[in-house]
This record gives sequence, structure tokens and C-alpha cells, in this order.
Amino acid sequence: MTETAMQRDRAATIFEKGKPGRRAFTPPAVDVPERPLDELIPRALRRKQPARLPELSEPEIVRHYVKLSRRNFDLDTGFYPLGSCTMKHNPRLHERVAGLAGHARLHPHQDPARAQGALALMWNLERALAEIAGLPHVSLQPSAGSHGELAGVLLTRAYHADRGEQRRTVLTPDTAHGTNPATVTMAGYEVVKVGTNADGGVDLDDLRAKADAQTACLMLTNPNTLGLFDPNIEEIVRIVHEAGATAYYDGANLNAIMGISRPGDMGFDIVHFNLHKSFTQPHGGGGPGSGPIAVSATLAPFLPQPVIVRHGGEESNGSHREFDLDFDRPKSIGRLRGFQGNYGCFVRAYAYICSLGATGLRDASEIAVLNANYLLARLRQLGVTELLPPAYDRICMHEFALSGAPMKRELGIRTLDLAKRLLDHGYHPPTVYFPLLVEEALLVEPTETETKETLDAFAQAIAEILSEARADPEIARGAPYTTPVRRLDEAGAAKQPVLRQAL
Amino acid sequence: MAEASYPPELLYHPEHDWARVEGEVATFGITWHAQDALGEIVFVETPAVGTQLSANEAYTEVESVKAVSDVFAPLTGEVIETNAQLAAKPELINEDPYGEGWLVKVRIADASEAGGLLNRDAYVATLDE
Repeated sequence: MTETAMQRDRAATIFEKGKPGRRAFTPPAVDVPERPLDELIPRALRRKQPARLPELSEPEIVRHYVKLSRRNFDLDTGFYPLGSCTMKHNPRLHERVAGLAGHARLHPHQDPARAQGALALMWNLERALAEIAGLPHVSLQPSAGSHGELAGVLLTRAYHADRGEQRRTVLTPDTAHGTNPATVTMAGYEVVKVGTNADGGVDLDDLRAKADAQTACLMLTNPNTLGLFDPNIEEIVRIVHEAGATAYYDGANLNAIMGISRPGDMGFDIVHFNLHKSFTQPHGGGGPGSGPIAVSATLAPFLPQPVIVRHGGEESNGSHREFDLDFDRPKSIGRLRGFQGNYGCFVRAYAYICSLGATGLRDASEIAVLNANYLLARLRQLGVTELLPPAYDRICMHEFALSGAPMKRELGIRTLDLAKRLLDHGYHPPTVYFPLLVEEALLVEPTETETKETLDAFAQAIAEILSEARADPEIARGAPYTTPVRRLDEAGAAKQPVLRQAL
Repeated sequence: MAEASYPPELLYHPEHDWARVEGEVATFGITWHAQDALGEIVFVETPAVGTQLSANEAYTEVESVKAVSDVFAPLTGEVIETNAQLAAKPELINEDPYGEGWLVKVRIADASEAGGLLNRDAYVATLDE
């Protein structure tokens, strides 16, 4: 197999490309009186040597970043059914709105009196999220799903402390995202895992045995990471509340239930949203994300501060100041980050909610569920599920988990090999090896924004890879062949990383 | 990578751990199935000598390219020796899970606990479920 031009082109960092003295920008001559640097910045605070910055011309910079972007697989190029990540289309309208100068150029230090529009948008977004969650109070501060989880568990800790109680443990099902136990540990609690029953839901007997006076909280994703809605959800919440614990709803999979069912109605006290997933944002490159939380009235006093408040009337100086930031929150867990959160994400999420409306959000979730079930049915029709059976054979929600164990046994290729071969077909692979309780797992989330033709072609590609592997498993084992880099040595990269650019 | 095997002289814990009991001392490790499911192991940190381990509780973690997994103690006891080679060569767990890839040696607290562990056939039967 000959190398492609891109495979031959060794990726270089921008530092390696520079040459001393090259510039992309030349400042104009100074037209004001020059002042000695010592007057402006004390000598002790200045660098002894200039910062080591890359030195390149503008065309080199443009080529560098455009080339990098071409090495990337993105949603704008192809289907991206990465389970648990909700890689839905990002409407271009949102970019237009977020790019308006009043949004994009608003300085985070702007006085609230002169940022009334932004505060109004945030306040309105909070009300919309409260309606979707079925919980009345919202904080937009957390800036990732995991950050929302941390906020929720810190709220739980503050709530118990306020009642004079100290509890020790947090329950999470063994299907939970890895961020749940990480959050629990970070918040100073111990994780107690709850088992999964034969239908893929929470094992109620195990939950009853483990929910006790030490339990601070249950963190639950519903539908769970197997893509299954737990039919015992009300009973689960009742058991947790009887133990005096809070019920935390991980909203990672909200895309299955928007406008259909609400965590607050199920009895949950805290829920986090992933605006970057369910409410469309370009994501997957490490941010920015947004993980607001909605809580019940009981937990509201502990919310992060400042809180956006709305009050009518004119101030004594005649200015109108309808929205403001309230810092006077004595029971608050405090600030979770600088400024107000990732505002650009708020604009896009609010644009999405306004564009779709309540019925549109419900349609989005219904089609997300329909697309996942259609794709699963199509895979079944093509015989794929004989080698990759569903881990739990039920009607799924917005995603489904397959097990590659029979494929590995019969064809000698692993889920990883199938995933790598899919890249050669122009698809981003689904999530692999998660959830952990499914052997050789493949977690597929097509989202609502894909057409039937795309789903059919994807199912066909998997069927073709399986029949190819039956004839010659080495092809999949050696994949991918057409991507900018071939199969990577992941173990070697973890054990002996080669750092080319020391900073 | 080693071929699938489950030595008959070992005792097994359903969380895919094994124990080799020799008098008052037992050696612990993870089974062939566990290392195969994890894939290439890239990091393992063994507990310090003197650490008290409790049966059925996690005493360390192994990290592979796929996941970080808890390792459970099959028996209760005190760590008297750890496999120093694993820090530099964690792949020994993949290559030789019952030999060079052992994790810790433990002075057993209660020899009768061994009766609660599985023999080879009973453990292998759990894998076929």
C-alpha cells in the first residue's frame, strides 16, 4: 500500500516551522511620544529574555492551520455517530447570531448596566432550561458536563452540611460515564457502584441494599449509557429520597427526552445539561462547552454566585437596570469559574431553543430516537447483529450498544479493528469499549440530523467490513489505510511519549 | 500475547483475579480474560509493602489504552512484596498474566477465606455466560 501525500507529510508543530526574524505583522511607526519601558512595567516584572514564540509569515500560518484542519475528521465532512457525544449538525444560523458584535465583542468586564441584552438572554435561557428540566432554578456557570456534575455534588454537600449532616458516599450505576466517579472523588465522597439488572436498568435490590444513612446522592444517567430508559425511574428516586439523599440526573443523554419527559417530574433534585451536545455547539475539540445545572427550590440557596436577577423599575440616577448580578448569596457554594460562563454557547443554545420551540425540541428528540431504532433495525436486516448483537435487546432511545464479542470470536477482528476500518469508508467510528460492562462495546448515536440515506450507507459499510473480514481479517487489522496517519501505537504513546516541542 | 489459559492450581475471584496460595502466603494477579478484555496495559501502580488488603475490595488499578479498571483482592491480608518489574514493563501482565505479570504477594489473614473462591472450572463457567 503506497503512502498518500498527506501520510508522507510529517506533521510539524508551528514552532518547528518558524525561522528567526520572520513576521506576519509589522506595526506602524509610533506616532505618539515614546516612554521608557521602566515607567510602564517595573523591571522586576519583565522577562529577562523574550518569550519563545513561533516566528512565521502570514501565508505560513494560514497553511499550517488549514492543513491541520484537513487532518481532522469533522462533522461538516462526514457522519459522526460517536455514542454518548450527540454529534448533531450545528445550524449556521447560530454562528451568525453568535458572531454579532453585541455578542462576540462584549467584554466580560462590562458593567452589568451596559450588558443588559446579554443578561436578558442568559435570564431567558435559564427560564427555558428550567422548563425543559422541570426544575425552577438554573445556574449557567458550569462550563462542561463534568463541571455541572461537580457543581451538583458540591450543592449536595452544602445541602447536607446545612442540615448538620455529614454523609460519606455517592451511588453511581456501573453503566455511568467515567466522569461520575471522578466527580464524586473530587468532591470528597466515596463511590459506591450499583449493579445493572438483566434488562439493562438499575438493579433495584442492589440499590435498596446500598442506599443508607451514609448516602449523600445518587448520580444517574437516564436514558443510561446503554441507550435505555429506566422504567423504574420513579421507584429509584423514591428509594434514594427515603435514604435522605439527593437525586442527581446526569443530562448527558437529554437528546432522547427533550419535551417528552422531565427530570424534575421524575423526582430529581439536580440535573445538568450539556448545551454543547443537546443544544448544538461545535464540540469535540476540547471546548468551549457549557454544562448548566437546574435545581429544585430546596437546593437553590446553594447555587453558584453571582445569580442573574430580574427586577423592574428605574434606579435613582434614572437609568433602567432590569437585570443584575446578585452576589449576596450567603449559602452559595461560591464561584465555579471566572466571569459568567461560556457566553457564546449560551447564544447558540438560546438560538436553537427559539428556532425550534417546544414542539420542535420534542420533534428533535423523537427523530433522534427513531433514527437510532431505524439504524439498529437496518443492521439487523443486514445480518450485522448476528456478529454484533445489541447488549440489551430492547427498543433503544437515542443510541444503542452493540457487543463485538461474537465478531471477535468468529472473524478474529476486534471492535477496534472495525472502528479503524470505518475510517476508510469515510465515517467517524462510534464510541468503542464503552460502556465497560459490554464486552467489545460499540456505542452508536446517529442523532436526528442524519438522513435515511446516510444511515443506510453506514449500515451497509459495517456489513461490508464484516464480509471482508470473513474473507481476510488482516485488512481490518491493518486499517486505516487512507487517513492522514495510519494505525497508531496507543500503548507506546502512553508508555513512552515522544515530546518534540518542549515549551 | 499469551494464549488463553486458566491454570488449575490457582483459585479465582469472579472479578477476574487469581490467587496462588502457598502456605501462609498468596500471590495475586489478574486473569487471562481480564488482561485480554483490557487490551495492552500501559500503567499499573502496586500498593506499598505493609498495606492491608481486604477480600473483595479494590486494592489497585490497572490502566490500558481502553480503560482504567479496579483490581480486587481475592483474600484478606498484608502486602509483603510487590512486583517491582511492572513499573517499567506493565506489558508483562499481558505477556505472562500468571507468571512474570503477578501483582503482589500477601500474608494471608484467614486461610479459611480461600474456600469462598472459585476453582478453575467454576471460574471459566462464569466467562461463558
